[in-house]
Formats: sequence, structure tokens, C-alpha cells
Amino acid sequence: MIEPLVFELSRCARRGYDYPSCDVPQVDVPVALKRMKAAALPELSELDVVRHFSRLSNRTFGVDYGVYPLGSCTMKYNPKINEKTASLEAFTHIHPLQDSDTVQGALKLMYRLLEALSTVTGMSWGSLQPSAGAHGEYTGLKIIKAYHLANNQGHRNRVIVPVSAHGTNPASAALNGFEIVEVATDERGLIDLTSLDALLDDRIAAIMLTNPNTLGLFERDIVLIANKVHQAGGLLYYDGANLNAIMGMARPKDMGFDVVHLNLHKTFSTPHGGGGPGAGPVLVSKPLVPYLPKPDIVCVDGTYRFDWDSSLSIGKVAGFWGNFLVLVRAYTYIVRMGLHGLREASRHAVLNANYLLAKLEDLLDHPYGNFCMHEFVLSAQSLKDETGVSALDIAKGLLDCNYHPPTIYFPLIVHEAMMFEPTESESMENLDILADTLRMLIQTARTDVAVLKRAPEHTVIGRVDEVLAAKSPVLRYVRKETTEG
Amino acid sequence: MIPYLPHTEAERDRMLQAIKVASVDELFDDIPQDVRADAALFVQKGLSEAETLSHVVELAKLNRALIPFLGMGSYDRIIPAAVASLSSLPAFVTAYTPYQPEISQGLLQAIFEYQTMMCELTGMDVSNASLYDGWSAAAEAASMMLASKRKSSTVLVSDTVHPFMIEVLQTWAKGTDVLIRIIKTTGGSFTITSLEGTLQDSVAGLIVQNPNRYGIVEDYSSLSELLHQNGCQLAISSDPVSLALYKSQAEWGADIAFGDTQPLGLPISFGGPSCGYLAVRKEMMRKMPGRIVGQSVDNRGNRAFVLTLQAREQHIKRERATSNICSNQALAALTTTIHLSLIGWEGLAEAARQSIAKAKYLADALTSIGGMELAWKQPYWCEFTLRFSSRELMERMLDNLKQSGILGGVRLACLTGNPDDNNLLVVAVTEKRSKAELDAYIEIARRSAL
Ligand SMILES: Cc1ncc(COP(=O)(O)O)c(C=O)c1O
Repeated sequence: MIEPLVFELSRCARRGYDYPSCDVPQVDVPVALKRMKAAALPELSELDVVRHFSRLSNRTFGVDYGVYPLGSCTMKYNPKINEKTASLEAFTHIHPLQDSDTVQGALKLMYRLLEALSTVTGMSWGSLQPSAGAHGEYTGLKIIKAYHLANNQGHRNRVIVPVSAHGTNPASAALNGFEIVEVATDERGLIDLTSLDALLDDRIAAIMLTNPNTLGLFERDIVLIANKVHQAGGLLYYDGANLNAIMGMARPKDMGFDVVHLNLHKTFSTPHGGGGPGAGPVLVSKPLVPYLPKPDIVCVDGTYRFDWDSSLSIGKVAGFWGNFLVLVRAYTYIVRMGLHGLREASRHAVLNANYLLAKLEDLLDHPYGNFCMHEFVLSAQSLKDETGVSALDIAKGLLDCNYHPPTIYFPLIVHEAMMFEPTESESMENLDILADTLRMLIQTARTDVAVLKRAPEHTVIGRVDEVLAAKSPVLRYVRKETTEG
Repeated sequence: MIPYLPHTEAERDRMLQAIKVASVDELFDDIPQDVRADAALFVQKGLSEAETLSHVVELAKLNRALIPFLGMGSYDRIIPAAVASLSSLPAFVTAYTPYQPEISQGLLQAIFEYQTMMCELTGMDVSNASLYDGWSAAAEAASMMLASKRKSSTVLVSDTVHPFMIEVLQTWAKGTDVLIRIIKTTGGSFTITSLEGTLQDSVAGLIVQNPNRYGIVEDYSSLSELLHQNGCQLAISSDPVSLALYKSQAEWGADIAFGDTQPLGLPISFGGPSCGYLAVRKEMMRKMPGRIVGQSVDNRGNRAFVLTLQAREQHIKRERATSNICSNQALAALTTTIHLSLIGWEGLAEAARQSIAKAKYLADALTSIGGMELAWKQPYWCEFTLRFSSRELMERMLDNLKQSGILGGVRLACLTGNPDDNNLLVVAVTEKRSKAELDAYIEIARRSAL
């Protein structure tokens, strides 16, 4: 059963909303500037719209519906109190360009959030402007570039990323004009130190790492790595996507990192919103503070204001001050949890991941590591060799059992990768049932391959022809009756 | 109790047994002692939910939600009540990027609807699924133009675009081979003559904004032809509400249309989240940044929606991707889709018409007082720029307005840092401002000018 498009539900001259009548004289638009062609927007009643989007929501799976162990994305529970504070009128009804004396609450909240994030990461200060993780990477690397240029190190044009890195890392580096060089992963699943040594020279601007890495393993040699990179004149960039493993246990600054971005939509429980808005604050060590985006938020005698006076700043990276309502949610979460609670969250995230790993280890290959941090990567390669059932098939099987599958085919260094991140939010019995479900699916792979190749069967649609979608792209609705768009 | 952790003591013990470790600490053995965090830094306990709420409410009380005649990229417009109810449905809020289409059809379909609406509004062929905001969209537009012309390195930007757009573009270009060249204009709006001598081979295209930073509606007659003749592209940023009345980007012959959908259903919220839109001509489809939803069929023969053209994206192309964007502003794009579904074309046009009528009413009254005049004579829309005879008068008026709970406008010099702008105030009026509010503004302005 398909849900019609909002345009297909439209009925000529139907109305869903009325504006107050205009109480001032109308004015004309100069003909030379006037729009000629009306836009074909839908015409619906309010109830039509309410039902349509309610039905669409029923056809969407979120954390509120079930276990969502999507590795690297930290799909933890999004507390409802966050939504409540983010909808306070005194936050939603303030304009970004109001005088600072009328937005002291907003500025104070942002200032305190930066303080808390500085404590968690060990960094000196930061900026809340970036809108997501990748935007934070872009910002952080821009800072690194500016720092090198200011120190007559402009020739440093290389950024090292591990082969296991998330795609945004090399993409963000390239965006800043850096050349990307890859460092290998060794048989432990950690940075290959020999490979690293070979890359370290005066062309290196930075290395981008996430720790724990994308295999869910802690880079044990991090201090050694940091020393080597620093000695070569490079800086260390920390991709905070995996911070949920280590809050209160280890701090990026203490590991030797110079720049950090955090994903507030991951670690700090602001919802993912179907792919955003998130927030990707950047925090830096002391020598890099002058390069942070403008404006800074400062507190003088208990009064908060923006400070635009930084001659070394890289400038603005977003329109206003960041995804403010996301910042309100993250701040609310931090207040609710306390620093102690954040530490406990990480400890339980790691406990949950190891528990699930213990239950799944005999089912699929576990190529790297023994224990894991907050997530782990299994491989369905042996299963595929034996039965023809792939990681994708297992993922699709999980859909029929009301689960969001783990991340699949990432990191790229593991064949048939399945990356599980249960987060601290799941209870023991939820993990037990998930493990049982996977066991059942893998049994099915051995007895009735066709079932998994057909899966999912109980979802509103079946597997989608992605090749067709890319080969003959249909990216918008075009009304049938007319020939033009 | 630690909020949001379901584990009982007994369960924790059983889990540790299953893992075959004695304590949670053992699971952290891989972290070397010398980088262990000082546990003493992490002892502060959290607050109960009720206390948390009071704490944040106390902070919120330090803000003053006043009647804003402020615009410059963020507009206080009427939002139907149903928008918030629908955009806060838990599935929309707590899903992530729809990697698994079978359980994400609702979200994918809504984004497909969003893309269609953006194409309709701009007149362009294809739209992506959203970008961070209208300003980062400017950088993406610049990046597309550069990618479309071999050996190009320069993007021209009119000095009448939002000052922050210039700043974001300059940051973006910093440390790379890209040159952002600002086109100087005189008289408050971009004109084709200001391009004279600028269209060298190295130039990929031009970015303009309509209505511009002063609220003036610019005239781009013959502009796209001139640019295209010189192998350059045209990118126009527009407030989407203005598109209900004024020529769309496609009608001006643009290659790229972009901007921010904040005025379509998103509260002003201290500037974020908003939502960047980007729509282009079909030939540029595969150069677009970010997520794109496409229509396909499933294995049961049903229409189905899915993320598509992913070969452009960072998770596949890595350093050769068209952009680094991963998470975008999906929920904000969805909110815009709901808003437009409710108000329709008629509602959008009504909001725009009322806004310009109210703006003119206010501008006419203010400029008849004396001491303030329109900074430029060209047609403006719902935002206009006043030039005051003195800075003191402007500040006195703004002070008096603030005391009556009204935010009178944006001091342009605060955004540009340009002393020439010292006496300029940009005033925005939306359909949400009642006649009583306008009259109150006028009355206070009159008093201030005495
Ligand atoms: C390891 C890693 N780095 C970076 C990112 C990018 O973050 P965002 O989607 O917030 O831009 C992600 C998100 O999926 C990630 O998992």
C-alpha cells in the first residue's frame, strides 16, 4: 500500500490555513520584477495535511520505536525534557540579531555549554557555530591551516587519515585544499606505526583520528602517535563521533589532540531528526584559540556578549551562531546527567557493547580485537562464503524483526562489515532479544537462504531498485495532466 | 539514579559475568594509565528532571522575547499550529539518515516532496535534500560553479549580498586556491555595469542575493545572458517567501538557486536551526552536494523512495566527493514541507503580499517624520533600509522602541563594520506584525524625532 504524494492529494482551491485579513493598503509589485509562473504547491485542508504526515511518520522508524544499533551514529535515547526546554518561547522567539542585553539567557547557556564541553574534552575553548560533525571537521581543519600559515608552515599541505576513517574526514580535508595520505591499519586494528613513520615529514599538517577508532578499538599507542606527529610539526585532529565511549574516562587533550569536534546529536542526546539538524562544536587547545571562528562568546563581570575582535580568527563558518535549539537540548542533557552521569553513560555504553559482542562473537567473524569500546565490527564474510547470505541480507532480515540494522559495509577495511553500537540506552533484555534474533537469522541463512534474499517482507515496501534510481533519476514529482514541469 | 540508564545492579553483574570480566573498569584496560581522565573532575551529579527544567527556565527568563522588526536572514513569520505538532512526531525526530529505505519511506517521501517544492518555488529542475543553512549553501554554490568550469579559480560576489554570506565565503576560500572577488556596487543594488572588466577566464560565476541586504529587489535583466556568453554561471540566493511575488531564480536565468528556508515554518530561534536549500538545472544534477532522494520501485512493483546518486558523496568518493556534508538539516526541511503543505501557494503569496504592504505602510510613515529617509530609491520588499540624519536619532529611537518592547531594526554597521553604514537601519516587517504594532512603532519614532 503506498501513501500518495502530498501533490496527489491536492484538490484545486482547497485551503488549509487562513491568515488574518490585511489591515493596511495593498501594494503592487513592479511588472519588471514580478514572478510570472505560479508554483504548484499542494492545496489541502489542515486535516488532509495532518493525516498525510502522520501516515508518513508511521512509515518511519526511529529510536522511539525500537533498537537502533547503527554503529558510529550513537542512536541513544533522546530525552523528552530536551524537547521541552528547546521549545520554550524565550528560546524560540528570540532573534539572532537582538542586542545582547536582551538575550543574556541564550548567551549564558552557550557559554556554559562550551565550558562543559571543554571539561569533557580537556580543551581550552571552542565554537558552537558548526552545524554537524562534518562541518566541525571543515572548521577544525581550517583552524589548523590558519595556524600553520601564521607560523610560516604554509607548505604543510598533507593530512593523514586512517584507511578506516569515515568518509567525511578525507572530504573535509580536501575541502581545505589538503592532500590526503592514508595510514594503514595493522593486524591489531590499530594505526600501523611503521606506515605512520613513513608519512611523517615536514609536509604533514595534521592527522585525523577518532579514538576509539571506527573498529571500536582504543588506539593504545595514542601518546606515542601524538608525540611522533607533534615532533614532525603536525597537529592532531580528533573526530568526536566516538566520544560516547570515553566521557570521564579519557580526554582527547590528555591524549595529545589539538582540535576536537563533537557531534551533539550523537554523544549529547539531541535527536538525529532524520539526518539533522545536529551540531558539531569545535574545541581547541590553547595555542589554537585565537583561530576559532568569529564571534567568540565572552563573559565580563557576569554579562555575556559576542566578541568580534579576533584578528587571527578564521571568520564565520555559518550564518548566525549555530543550531541554537540543538545547543539548548545538549545543555539540558548535560545538566540532567551531571559530569558524573556522562561518565556513567560512557561506562554503560561500553558495558552494553561488550555484552552484545560476547553474545554475537560465535555467530559472525570478529576480525579485530578482543574486547571493544562502545561499538564493535563483525564480518559476515564467512557466512557469505558458506551460504551466500551477505551483511546486507542479514540487515534486511532484521528489518522484518522490527530492528534498525547495524551500520553495514563500514569501515571499508572489513569485508561484509556489520558495525554494532547499542549505546547505554538499551537494557540487558533488549540486547538479549537482539542477539537471539540475529542467531535466528543466521540459522535461517543456513537453512533457507531465499527467506533472507527476499527480506524484508513485513515492511511497507520491499527492497528498492537502487540502480534504477541512479540510472534514470526521478528527483521530483511532475504532475501527470500537464506536459511541463 | 543515573538518568536514562536502564541497568539494575543485578543485571550489570550478570552482564559482566557473560563478558567474563570482574568489573566495568576492566573493559577500559586498553586506555593507558597516562591518559586516564582524573575521575575527580567527573563527580558532579546531575539534577532531577524537575530541577533541570527549572534551571533551564531560569536561564530562559534572562532572555526577552520582544516584537522583532529584525530580519537580515531571520524572519518572524506566522506559523500554523499544525507545523509544530507534525514536525515533532517521534519517528521524524528520532530517526537518522534514511539508509534503510524499507523502514524510512515516510521520511524519504517527505524529502522527495520537499525537493519538489523547492523546484517549484525556484523554477529549477532538481533540488537536494537540504544543506546546513543559506550561507553554507553559498559556499556549495560557489564550489559547484568552480567544478563546472575547467581552470576557474574565482567566484564573483556582489557586495549587496548579506554581509555574513561574504564572511562565510571568505572563510571557505581561506587557505585554498579559490579567490572570492567582491563586486563593488554603488546606489544600493547590483547592476550589470558593475561587472565591467571582471569576467576573465578564471571566473566561474557570480553570486547575487535577491532581495538584497538592504531589502531592495534587484533587476537582473540580461545578466544571465552576459554571464553565459562569458562561460560563467549565475547563482541567486533568495528568501523563499519573496519568490511568491518576485521573479524566481529560474525566471532570471540562474544556473543555481539557493537560500534558507527559515522563513517557511521555522521559528527565529536565535538563528538556528534553519535550513539551506539548493536547486539547479538538470545538467548540474551530478555536481550537487549532499543527500538526494529519488523515486524508484521495490521488488513488489510499488513506487518507492531511496537515497540516490550517492556516487557523489563522501562515504563513497571520500576526498573526491562533491562536498563533505553528511548529516544535513532533514527535520528542518521536513518542517518547511509541512508548512508549505498547509499554507499552499495562495497562503505563501498572501503572507508575502501582506508583508510588503505592511512594510510600505511603515516606511511611508517613518520617512514622513523627518530625520530618516529611505537609503535608496529602488523598490524594496518587506525589508527596507533607513538612513538617519544622525546616529543619535537612530539610537534614541531604538532605545525608546526597546523600552516599549519593540526591536526596531538591525544596525547595518554592526554587521559590516563599515563606517559608511553607521546611520543605516534595516527594518523588516512580516505578515505577523499587526497594524497596532506598526502604529506603535510609528508613534515612538515620531516622539524620538522631536
Ligand atoms: C566517524 C564519523 N565521523 C564523522 C561523521 C560525520 O558527522 P555528521 O554526520 O554529524 O556530519 C560521522 C557521522 O556519521 C561519523 O560516524
